[in-house]
Amino acid sequence: MGYDSKTELYQQVILEHNKKPRNFGKMDDATHDAEGYNPLCGDQLHVYLHINADNVIDNITFEGEGCAISKASGSMMTQALKGKTMDEAKALFTEFHDLVTGKLNPEKCEHHLGKLAIFSGIWHFPSRVKCASLSWHTMKGALDKEQTISTE
Amino acid sequence: MGFDITSIRNDFPNLQQTVHGEPLVYLDNAATTFKPQSVIDAITNHYSHETSNVHRGVHHLSEVATAAYEGAREKVRAFLNANSTKEIILTSGTTDSINLMAQSYGRALLDEGDEILITEMEHHSNIVPWQMLCQEKGCVLKVVPMNDDGELIIEEFHKLLNAKTKLVSVVYISNSLGTINPIKDIIKAAHAQGTSVIVDGAQAVSHTEIDVQDLDCDFFAFSAHKLYGPTGVGVLYGKEALLDTMAPYRGGGDMIASVTFEKTTYNVLPYKFEAGTPNVAGVIGLGAAIDYLNTLDFTDILQYKQKLLAYGTDQLSSIKDLRLIGTAKQKTSILSFVHPLIHAHDMGTLVDEQGIAIRTGHHCTQPVMKHFGVPATSRASLAMYNTTEEIDALVKAILHAVEVFQ
Ligand SMILES: Cc1ncc(COP(=O)(O)O)c(C=O)c1O
Repeated sequence: MGYDSKTELYQQVILEHNKKPRNFGKMDDATHDAEGYNPLCGDQLHVYLHINADNVIDNITFEGEGCAISKASGSMMTQALKGKTMDEAKALFTEFHDLVTGKLNPEKCEHHLGKLAIFSGIWHFPSRVKCASLSWHTMKGALDKEQTISTE
Repeated sequence: MGFDITSIRNDFPNLQQTVHGEPLVYLDNAATTFKPQSVIDAITNHYSHETSNVHRGVHHLSEVATAAYEGAREKVRAFLNANSTKEIILTSGTTDSINLMAQSYGRALLDEGDEILITEMEHHSNIVPWQMLCQEKGCVLKVVPMNDDGELIIEEFHKLLNAKTKLVSVVYISNSLGTINPIKDIIKAAHAQGTSVIVDGAQAVSHTEIDVQDLDCDFFAFSAHKLYGPTGVGVLYGKEALLDTMAPYRGGGDMIASVTFEKTTYNVLPYKFEAGTPNVAGVIGLGAAIDYLNTLDFTDILQYKQKLLAYGTDQLSSIKDLRLIGTAKQKTSILSFVHPLIHAHDMGTLVDEQGIAIRTGHHCTQPVMKHFGVPATSRASLAMYNTTEEIDALVKAILHAVEVFQ
């Protein structure tokens, strides 16, 4: 069609993860899991973690319905967290949260976000920040042993 | 008189702007409509020159403001063709009007086991107040189902309507589907059963001429902001005989005749339902919106909007894999749709990039979403100032979104 996208929101990486989300599906032997819900759009997802005796996330999956941003974010989160300790996961949660709310500028501050820095532009879209953060809030809720997480 | 779209568009200053470098295409009119300059001027004039409380003072400005405020009530009466201004209660919106009904009328009328009949396509504001009442009083909420075109299954309505039905509360026009319900038939059948009917007219007022006496509805609720008027103002029409039997819903100033610590006597209609300082400027703005509409011909507006609807339906249907949600035979210019590749929120963001405002989400009608098995839809809702060129812009933006997601 006649025009280019004007925003950086829908980059190839995000579109690709949306189409082929990694670690997508239920985990039967999860040690931690939680359900996340965004009442604004009705998006719902479930995050499953398997945490071993050393407090390391040796497996993580997610499933559910959502927009491209929430799916891609969930997919990339599972990639980023596999092999991390619970404490590292919580620290990364904080960094990601700061990133999508515009408090952390990945070009200026030191961070451990790696590829996740792609979500940095989303704070320009206040109504979409929750799409990006839903999987992360749900993951954190699972670690904290909360059953249902709502973004409101 | 004819329908001059250019001149109408010039009346709405909000239309004259660009968004993300593109001319704004505003297709979210079911959420709220833009306001013509005359409405903005009326409100500005009140705040610039006529600010005063109403029904309070003997001084000049209070007289002026009261006359403007009560003048607006009379305009609403004429707009709805109500019998008397006693039947026009000014509220803060449809939601407030329905809550008034639930708390005043419903609470006094309903007993354990009584039934309230609503429909599957209600806005949350015509579901939740009744659920709250049911919880309190032990009554039962019954729901008339709809078919997959988004039309009420009217046989089911007749089956559900019975001697225990104490109240029917129905949306006239669905905000998420555009369906126009056969409201007159519903009212007639309910009356034959001795049941009163509340009509949620939030979407109806801008789409069709309303005559509450001809409809014979017992109550009718709407919001000014969906009728080219300001936010924070609404109306509850009620038949005088019924309003007379109802107790006030909120207590305070203005709604009383006299107060002592032993006893308060209430003011007459409509004031007994209007406690506290009202939204004076807003009500005056609503009056100006009705004045504005009176300069146009409703038949022309309706015809024009039906033309937009037919064009939009055709154009959207031509997009491969796009599914229209809400295909009732009788419907207004509301086009809800889903696309299998693109979640509604991504659709909303991508068309917004082109300066096009649509609504995405559940539209405060989660049961409707459940019926159609979708978490959300995208909705283009067209007002009298929209054009076929704007529909073309939407179609182009959707096709672009599809390309991005391919
Ligand atoms: C059909 C319907 N009913 C009720 C409402 C509630 O109106 P308000 O939010 O102005 O009270 C709306 C507005 O979205 C509506 O479309």
